[in-house]
Amino acid sequence: MNNDIISPENLVYKKPELMNDTAMHYCAGCSHGVVHKLVAEVIEEMGMQNKTIGVSPVGCAVFAYRYLDIDWQEAPHGRAPAVATGIKRLWPDRLVFTYQGDGDLACIGTCETIHALNRGENIPIIFINNAIYGMTGGQMAPTTLIGQKTATCPYGREPELHGYPLNMTELASHLTGTCFVTRQSVENVASIRKAKAAIRKAFDASMKGLGSSLVEIVSTCNSGWKLSPKQANDWMEEHMFKEYPKGDLKDTTNL
Amino acid sequence: MEKKEVTLMKGNEAVAHAMIRCGADAFFGYPITPQSEIIETLALLKPWETTGMVVLQAESEVASINMVYGGGGAGKRVITTSSSPGVALMQEGISYMAGAEIPGVIVNVQRGGPGLGTIQPSQSDYMQATRGGGNGDYNVIVLAPASVQEMADFVDLSFELAFKYRNPVMILSDGVIGQMMEKVVLPPIKPRRTEEQIAKECPWATIGRPSSREPNIMTSLELKPEVMEEINIHLQEKYQLAKDTETRCEITDCDDADYVIVAFGSAARITEKSMEIARKRGIKVGLFRPITLWPFPEKELRKTVAGKKGILVAEINAGQMIEDVKLAIGNSLPTAHFGRLGGIVPDPEEIVNALKTKLIDNE
Repeated sequence: MNNDIISPENLVYKKPELMNDTAMHYCAGCSHGVVHKLVAEVIEEMGMQNKTIGVSPVGCAVFAYRYLDIDWQEAPHGRAPAVATGIKRLWPDRLVFTYQGDGDLACIGTCETIHALNRGENIPIIFINNAIYGMTGGQMAPTTLIGQKTATCPYGREPELHGYPLNMTELASHLTGTCFVTRQSVENVASIRKAKAAIRKAFDASMKGLGSSLVEIVSTCNSGWKLSPKQANDWMEEHMFKEYPKGDLKDTTNL
Repeated sequence: MEKKEVTLMKGNEAVAHAMIRCGADAFFGYPITPQSEIIETLALLKPWETTGMVVLQAESEVASINMVYGGGGAGKRVITTSSSPGVALMQEGISYMAGAEIPGVIVNVQRGGPGLGTIQPSQSDYMQATRGGGNGDYNVIVLAPASVQEMADFVDLSFELAFKYRNPVMILSDGVIGQMMEKVVLPPIKPRRTEEQIAKECPWATIGRPSSREPNIMTSLELKPEVMEEINIHLQEKYQLAKDTETRCEITDCDDADYVIVAFGSAARITEKSMEIARKRGIKVGLFRPITLWPFPEKELRKTVAGKKGILVAEINAGQMIEDVKLAIGNSLPTAHFGRLGGIVPDPEEIVNALKTKLIDNE
């Protein structure tokens, strides 16, 4: 009997092997780190470590390629679904996914996103929606809430001036090419488990050739929101989930 | 000796046939006049049923070039075609490809501009093509076909150069070469590369990481300026190698000539007739035709024009290649420009007249 409880046979949790030891540039409290870990876990559980190509965006996740030891392509701003289309059409037996933020996916890349989804490209898209531009220092995003203050709407987003939040996931659920469209979050253990199951389903669907998937993760940006990590989670639950309610919007996968 | 089959077709159609025959893996493109026959021909030929080549009509030229980025970054031979306004939209992707060192081929069947311009032929994208075109210090290798035969032949050559230099290569054609019908011998059939060949020939490609190697990453981003400078120096060394080894040109009747006309692509084809007319009138004139517009055949031009009485640069634009001519030869001899604009294709007589009024009469 080993009295040292820190021993291999007592291991209940470990960092996925695909995640390397590079120190993350993400702020403490940011959702990106958790979602990166979920993606790594899913790829490992699928046994696709040697057959995956990730496509990273422009935005905070631009450096996703530093943290997961798979092949990556870093796409121009908003073009990740087109880049992924080029890879997947030519390597159909590979797992090809994109990982994009709200500015990348719902603003500058709206065209590429909608068309890749509606062509039914066998690509899962991970969509981090934190309602703000994090990398450039907290400017208004297409998903910024009405009344929310950012560097470019310092008095709060007003519909008359700035228009309305864009609900890309609802839009995607109406596209014939999509097979799985869902909205998740990662603020607590239960949510993290559901988010992981959703990512797994989207990745599986792409390898079975069922069409495109969109997994939105409603996320926190405590630096951009100017809140502590705990306050950011509370603010997300109170405000974000009203505009962006969680759950599956479409699922024709039978998975 | 094997008898070569001669067929009659448009330049645009020849490009489509050539890409299938030379083992291209994919075409991504968006329709635009005067080059839509390329994607239409591919759709009719259905190469996905024969060679397995992917043909996809994208949602925009922006998407097309990024599909080329994705496929090229994954080691495949990928091509897109467009015309001037569409190629303008592609400049972001071309710059990213140059930065990430991704091979790929872009065909520009030029039309007149600026803006939406006209659907008639032009050579007014010379500067955009030969100066990079997008943001940053980079160059694209540019080939200028002057016949339907060269439209066909340059497709495989472009792929070879693109992979040799891990850089975008552009075929800078125009509405004349794309739309005219000529005799052509299509290039020999070459199979598409296998997965094993790609893994061996393109160890940098993102095709999934075997446990034996580190991840491959296609990116143009580097936040540390001292590292970014090193990356830029590496790119410049690569471009210098291309300048030293890849220049191509065609020199016609220049040995006994008093005057040399410098022209590329369709303007060079028209100039062939101008030379004939001029020589009948006793004017000894030759043609220097750059085939690579970047790298520009500077040394060859200097050698060709040494001791001549003057140079006429004939282009279907307001005077773009003449800058490269002047950079190559300096003020060593009189140099004049002739051009028509806005989609007007010049008559051979106009070029002879320009030679007379702009150079000979001024002596």
